Amino acid sequence: MEKVLTTHFANERYRRMDTYRQYGGYEALKKAFAMTPEAIIDEVKKANLRGRGGAGFPAGVKWGFLPKDLSRPRVLVINADEGEPGTFKDRVIMTRGPHLLVEGIVISCFALRAHASWIYIRGEFIREARIVDEAIAEAYAAGFLGKNILGSGFDLDVTVHRGAGAYICGEETSLINSLEGKRGWPRLKPPFPASVGAFGLPTIVNNVETIADIPWIVTHGGETFAALGVEKNGGTRLIGVSGAVNRPGVYEFSAGVNLKDIIYNHAGGIKDGKALKAVIPGGSSTPVLRPDEIDVSYDIESMAKIGTMAGSGGVIVIPEGTCMVRALSVLMNFYAHESCGQCTPCREGTGWLKKIVGRIEAGKGREGDVELILDLCDNMMGRTICPLADAAVMPAQSFIWKFREEFDRHIGEQKCPYGNRF
Amino acid sequence: MPTLTINGMIVDVPAGTTIINAAEKIGIEIPRYCYHPKLSVAGNCRMCLVEVEKFPKLQTACSTVVNDGMVVRTDTEKVRKAVTGVLELMLIHHPIDCPICDQAGECGLQNYYMKFGLHKSRYDLEDKVHKKKVQDIGGQIVLDAERCILCSRCVRFLTEVTGTQELHFFNRGDHSEISIFPGRPLDNNYTGNLADICPVGALTSKDFRFKCRVWFLKVFDSICTGCSKGCNVDAHHKGDILYRLKPRWNDAVNQAWMCDFGRLTYKEMNEARLLTPFVREEGARKVAAWGSLLPDVAFRLKAAAEKGGTDRVAVIASPQSSNEELYLLRRLATERLGTSNLAFTHRVAGDGFADGFLIQADKNPNSRGAQLLGIPDGAAFDALVSKIAGGGIDALLVFGNVLGPLSEEETAALLAKVPFVAQVGTNEGPVSKAANAVLPSASVAERGGTFTSHVGRVQRFRFGFPARGKAKNPIEILVSLGNRLGAGWDFAGEASVFKAIAGTEAPFAGMSYDSIGMFGQEIKG
Repeated sequence: MEKVLTTHFANERYRRMDTYRQYGGYEALKKAFAMTPEAIIDEVKKANLRGRGGAGFPAGVKWGFLPKDLSRPRVLVINADEGEPGTFKDRVIMTRGPHLLVEGIVISCFALRAHASWIYIRGEFIREARIVDEAIAEAYAAGFLGKNILGSGFDLDVTVHRGAGAYICGEETSLINSLEGKRGWPRLKPPFPASVGAFGLPTIVNNVETIADIPWIVTHGGETFAALGVEKNGGTRLIGVSGAVNRPGVYEFSAGVNLKDIIYNHAGGIKDGKALKAVIPGGSSTPVLRPDEIDVSYDIESMAKIGTMAGSGGVIVIPEGTCMVRALSVLMNFYAHESCGQCTPCREGTGWLKKIVGRIEAGKGREGDVELILDLCDNMMGRTICPLADAAVMPAQSFIWKFREEFDRHIGEQKCPYGNRF
Repeated sequence: MPTLTINGMIVDVPAGTTIINAAEKIGIEIPRYCYHPKLSVAGNCRMCLVEVEKFPKLQTACSTVVNDGMVVRTDTEKVRKAVTGVLELMLIHHPIDCPICDQAGECGLQNYYMKFGLHKSRYDLEDKVHKKKVQDIGGQIVLDAERCILCSRCVRFLTEVTGTQELHFFNRGDHSEISIFPGRPLDNNYTGNLADICPVGALTSKDFRFKCRVWFLKVFDSICTGCSKGCNVDAHHKGDILYRLKPRWNDAVNQAWMCDFGRLTYKEMNEARLLTPFVREEGARKVAAWGSLLPDVAFRLKAAAEKGGTDRVAVIASPQSSNEELYLLRRLATERLGTSNLAFTHRVAGDGFADGFLIQADKNPNSRGAQLLGIPDGAAFDALVSKIAGGGIDALLVFGNVLGPLSEEETAALLAKVPFVAQVGTNEGPVSKAANAVLPSASVAERGGTFTSHVGRVQRFRFGFPARGKAKNPIEILVSLGNRLGAGWDFAGEASVFKAIAGTEAPFAGMSYDSIGMFGQEIKG
């Protein structure tokens, strides 16, 4: 299958400018400079490129939200705050092919008529930030960044901004606040970033993978890219498979790959020959699937049809023998820890969920606790400025809906049937 | 103008109005904590959720701008459950220490619990997150982080109004709390407002804490006497004791705020008051009766004028007096005593601090009124002081407790040059320590009238409660003195005096208490 991003990722030197250029790097940029910005945006629209950060919003449409008048400078912000548990694809792009990202940024900024771009990299990504920084330095030295790039008259500066380790800063408005040096709280919308974003300027925030796809789209054309995927879901996507599989890792598949195929074929099946118990398909906040539900195309629409999400492409495989209450408890601890504290339902609700699930797992659950969780979820879902409350609620609800008997057993027996591992 | 439907009622509002304000227009109160009309919209408390047709999710009424044809419902089961759910979450970590909380009785949590909650707690006591209580964070404010619902009103106030940004959010999730940075307490002159805007008992007033339960307090409209800005205030009292002043909203003057100095001016009306008329005989105070003192003062003033000439009688007015009192005093001096020795000063001791926002350099509420009513100040006051110091005055009538910037010693030395000094004042002070006859006056809370602010805005302050002790309304004192000097005045209360002012004094022409209304009226020109 044709690969968009990972073809040369096995080559350690692909992260260097010279090797990247040997494989045709920065040729797309030259082609882009010969095109009009509108023509590039058209190609991206034709590519059916969906945002790879989790929400899956069509990238071309998002770009179209920028105000038409050019009186205010626009900026492109790259969301490299890859924090969703189970997701680890962007770091592979940053460490293995940072120039894909840099070239994508230059082309995108040219198309968006932006002359400044920030790459917001999560605080824990120390090595990744260093490699991206090196790639940017190489790009400046080679004249792909800075003033009058390749004699086109186009100027662009790219700056790496390091996060400080907050999951919430992966939410685009929170990321913008953090980038501005403020507390990482999501902003109330409207105004949307496309009209008032970073530093008050019209801003587009795109995921690393989304932007890294841009050079290929420019080289091969939007329709070719679209054809790699399925209807409405163009191209390939990077999928990180983790958990109890024989070959965990990051894979590049067509956007319409079958989820069961990913697990049993590409990732080598379940470790130690165990049976499959559950799959969290698109990062920790996406609703969990039972084994009988995974024979499904991984594209955004098909996943939505079965009540879950492809999200940020992090497939977490859970084998038989895993306590689902314990698994949920781990997730609830995460969301309670990462709630920013701005909106009441999330601030108080995530902590409460953590405590209830925690006590059920610890053998201190009570009659009615499961109903309490579901009612609490109902009071949190869709009630906050950003989707963090939803991200905590979706696993909680789906774990209970699909593995209710485990919760009831914990409460009935007043202990964890899988043994106390605390 | 967009027309929308809220709970089946049709309402027209100007474009750009939010649902919360549109609903208010037709008497529908949407519950809110973080929303404050004078601060930016935060939308984080999530209490004001409403159903809007065509929106799949509930929307925050505080941040959603209305569209023409919008259909809003605030009374559905879905909305009610959402609001109750948010309120439950607000309360899970709240200490529910209402019996010892100063906010009880005016608390947003209590009010909405009674209206929307009434639920039994589903949260375990031992699961509560504990935070720091009783923190002195500077200014007039005590912070109890445990009671805080993190609505961010205080943070926005300190960012948007004072610009000093002392309070910030710390930590995340249910450990979030507001606090100051170590060693950086509240440092602005408007801290008292934080207790007003805090919807719960997290920020309470150091001054008011534990003094009185709010449900015992009664409220009347007044004007702050701390400076010439004329901030509109609500005065809270129980019986004849004032407990606190709070800003009364007036967009033309003080919006929703008042300064920390002004907030404490009420103390003057409680403490060190002059309560009984007295005379000073051979240095000792001797209680006098109004019935004999008023004729006595009138006689002494008149006698001095008849004996040495009207030039040997003088009157010092006070910029703390109302327009009505100043008008009568001017007429008393010029018409009844026939003297031109009449002046006042708005200079006060201290640095004359002003901040360009509310605090004015002139620390008197009615200097402008005195000027407009033709009472001279500045050089005229200095000339009068020199005249007194030179022994040129035999009888002096002083209004007010202090003589402008003069110290207690200077005042005593100056007044010692005058054989007879009568004072109409509210509080013990340099003048009452030197005067021969003291006529105790009702305080601002105990009388009514109008002040003219520095920009010429005439505003009413209202009678709150009867004067303490034997103090009398200065209008009554002035009418009584005037009539004993042959004035034949039949003024009954400040309203009748103001009518006369509006009839004869050009700056006030055509004004009435009706036209002044609740928010005041600016003089012409």
